[in-house]
Amino acid sequence: MTHRSFFSFMLPSLLAMFLFIVLPTGSIVVQSFYTEHDKVLSLAEDCGPFGCEQTTHIDVEATENLIEEAPLGKFNGLGTYLDRGHLAVDELGTIFESTESIGETVSRIYNLPFYKALAFTIAYTFLATPLAMIVGFLVAMAVNNIPKKLKGPVIFLSLLPYIVTPLIGSLTLFWMINSNGIIGATLQMIFNDPELSLKASPVLTWVTLIVYGIWHMAPFPFVVYYAGLQTIPQDTLESAMIDGASKWERIRYVVIPHLFPLTTFLALVLMMDNFRIFEPIVGFSAEANATSLSWSIYNDLNGQVDKLYGSAASTSVLTVICVVILLIPVLMRTWRNFKQKNPDGSAS
Amino acid sequence: MTRLCALATVCLLPLIFVSNIAAAECGIESGSVRVLSNDIDSLGVVLNEARHCASDTVNVRTNRTTEHKSIQVSALTIDPAIYSVAMVSTNTLPPLLSAGLVRPLDEYVEKYGQNLESDQLIKINGKTVAIAFMANSQHLFMRGDILSDLGISPPRTYQEVLDAARAIREAGIMQYPLAAAYEAGWYLGNEFVNNYLSLGGQFFEPGSAEPTINNSEGVQVLELMKEMTEYMPPEYLTLTADDLKKLYLDGKVAIINQWGSMVNSHLDPNGAAPEISRTTLLAPAPTLGGHDIPAAALWWDGFTIAKNVSDEDAEASFRAMMYGMRSSVANEHPNAATWLIKGYEAPESARGVLDTINSGGRPYPMNPFMGLMHAALGSELTDYMQGQESAEQALADVEAAYRTSARSSGFLD
Repeated sequence: MTHRSFFSFMLPSLLAMFLFIVLPTGSIVVQSFYTEHDKVLSLAEDCGPFGCEQTTHIDVEATENLIEEAPLGKFNGLGTYLDRGHLAVDELGTIFESTESIGETVSRIYNLPFYKALAFTIAYTFLATPLAMIVGFLVAMAVNNIPKKLKGPVIFLSLLPYIVTPLIGSLTLFWMINSNGIIGATLQMIFNDPELSLKASPVLTWVTLIVYGIWHMAPFPFVVYYAGLQTIPQDTLESAMIDGASKWERIRYVVIPHLFPLTTFLALVLMMDNFRIFEPIVGFSAEANATSLSWSIYNDLNGQVDKLYGSAASTSVLTVICVVILLIPVLMRTWRNFKQKNPDGSAS
Repeated sequence: MTRLCALATVCLLPLIFVSNIAAAECGIESGSVRVLSNDIDSLGVVLNEARHCASDTVNVRTNRTTEHKSIQVSALTIDPAIYSVAMVSTNTLPPLLSAGLVRPLDEYVEKYGQNLESDQLIKINGKTVAIAFMANSQHLFMRGDILSDLGISPPRTYQEVLDAARAIREAGIMQYPLAAAYEAGWYLGNEFVNNYLSLGGQFFEPGSAEPTINNSEGVQVLELMKEMTEYMPPEYLTLTADDLKKLYLDGKVAIINQWGSMVNSHLDPNGAAPEISRTTLLAPAPTLGGHDIPAAALWWDGFTIAKNVSDEDAEASFRAMMYGMRSSVANEHPNAATWLIKGYEAPESARGVLDTINSGGRPYPMNPFMGLMHAALGSELTDYMQGQESAEQALADVEAAYRTSARSSGFLD
């Protein structure tokens, strides 16, 4: 393919990528450097059904003049990134200066909203991703070994958790783990503890969210691994059997190495997916015990009456940076594999 | 076929007739009335009446959505605005005022507002910016049967609420007799606002956006809220007002501080639990710490007219809304809301809200940065509620979180 035809072939998709990815991302980055204008405040007498009161209001005209002068807002540089709602640099400084024990330092850092969200997001990503992959692999192995007739229905049933929209799935589960719900009541009975509530303690909320995440995500690795299992060279398996390899050894030395490239791909996709965990937090009303970066963005944009665009933009950019950091090891691995297969570095 | 048509005409005739009469009563010649509203039944009552003003020359369109808050500012900013009327309440008017999207209504009040009571007018510096037609607040809903079995008189202070809760638990009737809408986020912040107002607390320094909640009143409020949770179901941080209703009508809890606007579903004799509805007592929100202000913020609901619409549409809109809030509408739907409309004869079910107002409840603060304070309260108080930090630390966190968002909204330097 000549460069020219390659370019004309790619042009529409490049254009779409520019319009729908580069431009919005760029505008978010720009937005994150600005805050709203200073508001000109004035006192006024408010009267209504419940009497009169002195209340502060915005002087609309004076504020509008400011807006007209600079429609983008007030330039704040990296100010929003460094404030308490995000990286909280000043607060971190105070914490490191004034605390002595590691435990206290950690708990005070965890008290800052960004780090609280980051902590859960990372914990969720690093627990739900591998566990969902393991569960998916086990299901795939099991399905691969059941009689052909049963395969269709079993595959369909195993895919269901992935088909259910996360918000609906989490809401359903939320009602089930209620102390009146079937799971909540059963757990109380098993542990003989009428106080037990999965919704009340932070640890149990984290566990619930992660278990939900595994349940919801496992079908994806299952499908991929199941497809992978169909491509395992039967010759190799047979020769392994002739060499006297046990079932476990065959899995360990034939199946798993064969599926390894798929694992890299799955880890990549699942990590990106899990890192933006959001709906279950809303569905489980888990805000008190667990927040995530995506949830922080939503919270800034869906306040009762106010919207904090600058703050949401900064969190978005920080999220993107975190995702890049997270994916670097996987991307490096992929690149090394690619180089091994193509030592001269060309793709053809 | 002809007979069918004749029948249809005969049947439809009164309908056409009625709507024509209504349109004539509205007295609007022409114009377009476009309403953005929250999706609450009581607002629907007013809007359904206002729709009768539609005729060949008058167009009435309503959009009832719980997402009204998130679209109102953008929808009214464009010129001409998408909506000519925004149904607003205490906390949704300030964003419109701050953006200068509201039209002064004095001219229309003078021309068409003969039936308005003076306290229905929301005035800022003497200029009418909105018209209120219903009031709302939280107040006590209690199980009369349980209280009278134990010989307890209905509590009036939070101390008495706690005593009653202890008595109910000790009598083995319920392990968790109390519940409140403490869901982390808006609801939790709201309960703090209720209690803090009742102690006479100020959220901000007068004339500025500087927060002033980290004080002994704030600590007292938090300590009370914490003490209450001992008698609440363990998942109290996930309970909304709707969950409260379910728990109460399920017979799981005995005393709740619930929204007056939800009174109908709690007292409905044909509802989910008639035996509980029958015995329910209503009382003003309890007082706190020896003060006599009920611990529930007062709210109003009403309407305002967009600045960016033609004078014709604005006038038509005002008249249609006046038609929607006639005294006959209020008296035909006495239980739908605690109406502020002239000539409204309040039924028993409105007592809770009216008593809370009359015993000196304080209005929810109507300034442009209260929303940010409310949000900060909602997200920063959870650590204290779960016993992970001190009340002082929680309040300091609230102030810090509020300062951060107030700074990025341009209210603080």
